[in-house]
Amino acid sequence: MTAGETHRAIEATFRLERARLIAGLARLVRNVDLAEELAQDALVVALSEWPQRGVPDNPGAWLLAVAKRRAIDILRRDKMRERKHEEIARTRHGAFDDAAEALETAMDDDLGDELLGLVFTACHPILSPDARAALTLRVVGGLTTEEIARAFLSSETAIAQRIVRAKKAIARAGLTFEVPRGAERAARLPSVLEVIYLVFNEGYAATAGDDLVRPGLCLEARRLGRMLAALMPEDAEVLGLLALMEIQASRLAARTGPDGDFLPITEQDRARWDRLLIRRGLDALVRAEALAGPVSDWGPYLLQAELAACHARARRAADTDWPRIAALYDRLRVVAPSPVVDLNRAIAHSMASGPDAGLRLLDEIAAAAALRHYAPLPAARGDFLFRAGRLAEARSEFEAAAALTRNARERAYLLARASACAGEP
Amino acid sequence: MRVMVFAKSNEEMAKGMANPTPEMLEAFAAMDKFTEELVQAGVFIAAAGLKNGPESKRIVSEGASRTVTDGPFAESRELIAGFSIWEVKDMDEAVAWAKRAPNAMPGRSEMEIRAFYEAEDLGEFVTPEERAEPRKGERGKLGVA
Repeated sequence: MTAGETHRAIEATFRLERARLIAGLARLVRNVDLAEELAQDALVVALSEWPQRGVPDNPGAWLLAVAKRRAIDILRRDKMRERKHEEIARTRHGAFDDAAEALETAMDDDLGDELLGLVFTACHPILSPDARAALTLRVVGGLTTEEIARAFLSSETAIAQRIVRAKKAIARAGLTFEVPRGAERAARLPSVLEVIYLVFNEGYAATAGDDLVRPGLCLEARRLGRMLAALMPEDAEVLGLLALMEIQASRLAARTGPDGDFLPITEQDRARWDRLLIRRGLDALVRAEALAGPVSDWGPYLLQAELAACHARARRAADTDWPRIAALYDRLRVVAPSPVVDLNRAIAHSMASGPDAGLRLLDEIAAAAALRHYAPLPAARGDFLFRAGRLAEARSEFEAAAALTRNARERAYLLARASACAGEP
Repeated sequence: MRVMVFAKSNEEMAKGMANPTPEMLEAFAAMDKFTEELVQAGVFIAAAGLKNGPESKRIVSEGASRTVTDGPFAESRELIAGFSIWEVKDMDEAVAWAKRAPNAMPGRSEMEIRAFYEAEDLGEFVTPEERAEPRKGERGKLGVA
């Protein structure tokens, strides 16, 4: 092995340990920034010592021991400085010594706990969702600032500042890096799930052939989701989110046609759906549903996962269980109301019970301000009218939709549908 | 990227399956713990152990003819004891995990990591037009489990 290869192998080993290392250190020093720095210092020591002495049996414990020694040095130095200034904060350092000891034992028997604590802290609701996402990708996912900037189509400086500000906000608020329990956990979990799904959607919204870092976000989000599911296997929404992401990711390769144009789910080549991911998604879904009980108790992620599963289970588009999908949208509308959910619900009902049912539901939501300039609304109405044989009306809806969309391919598609209306008797 | 990790077996190991020694039981527990780590890291996708007994078959094709041979097969270094599928960021990560796997065999053992062909690797076999054309009947996605 060349020196370069050894270097890479050590860094690869470090990457496996990095998140837990930072998590353990953050709880010890109560400071993410310092924890990150200490972890990085430990890597530097490993790079100089491992090539001669060999990789230790337990690299994680070795790295933690090195980082902790350094942490203690730093805190002692601070303490001496404080003494000089007669500002001894005994309690803090006393607490630190206790924490160091507690950590020593805790690291052995509850490794997941620190990591979960770090995830909950990085996703704390005092931070904006964007700040949570950037910080989580950095400290838990191990992405570089540059990778995060590319993934979010932002500048490196902007992301770096966002992360710095998030770390400062955490320090100011005196967050403890503990895992919230009971009611507090239930209250804070949605902000964790929101961040993971936001990361997933940033990747999922990117089209094929784009910068590969963006689809890479889907993998990162699924890894976070799987990790969370392993740490919180009793939570139906955690498993629901995981199932949702695995099933949606199964269609990544099938979403685009030969010209790079977007294909709706009913027109995708289902042979290109990834059966392995579908199976994993359905497995997670079964566990989530067993935990959640009747549908009336399901949360938004579980409902959306089951919606995704309805499509995944249908071997052909014609086999889709639209009545079930319509019923799930009826529930989702109660649990997580939004104009887009209303629109999708109308489409589902039109597929389940015919275009008139869809038109009736659209009339109920047409006044929603959020959808006033939303092309999919007239596009859906045009489709319902077309299927009801009301061609002249359908045509003007398709034209209205074409005028609203900013996407050239979508416009061409809608205008083609408009002229198809004119061509009919 | 996805990789399949093959664990190779040897005859001694294969024979021991019916009557495991305490060492083997320990090795299996260690393997279980390792798998749990993979799950917790979000890397683990699937895995299974494979039997090497009379129920294993080998099918040799020569032109139109097919010859079926019953197991167990003797070439000890070729026995695949099991496989697992991981989703990792790169091969370095896969190797770092594989080095961490406990040695479940008495003595020397071998693992092999092979990367999946993903859809983008198969451009020569599946044209964009073919991809867009809905397929008749059931045909799995090339190269992906």
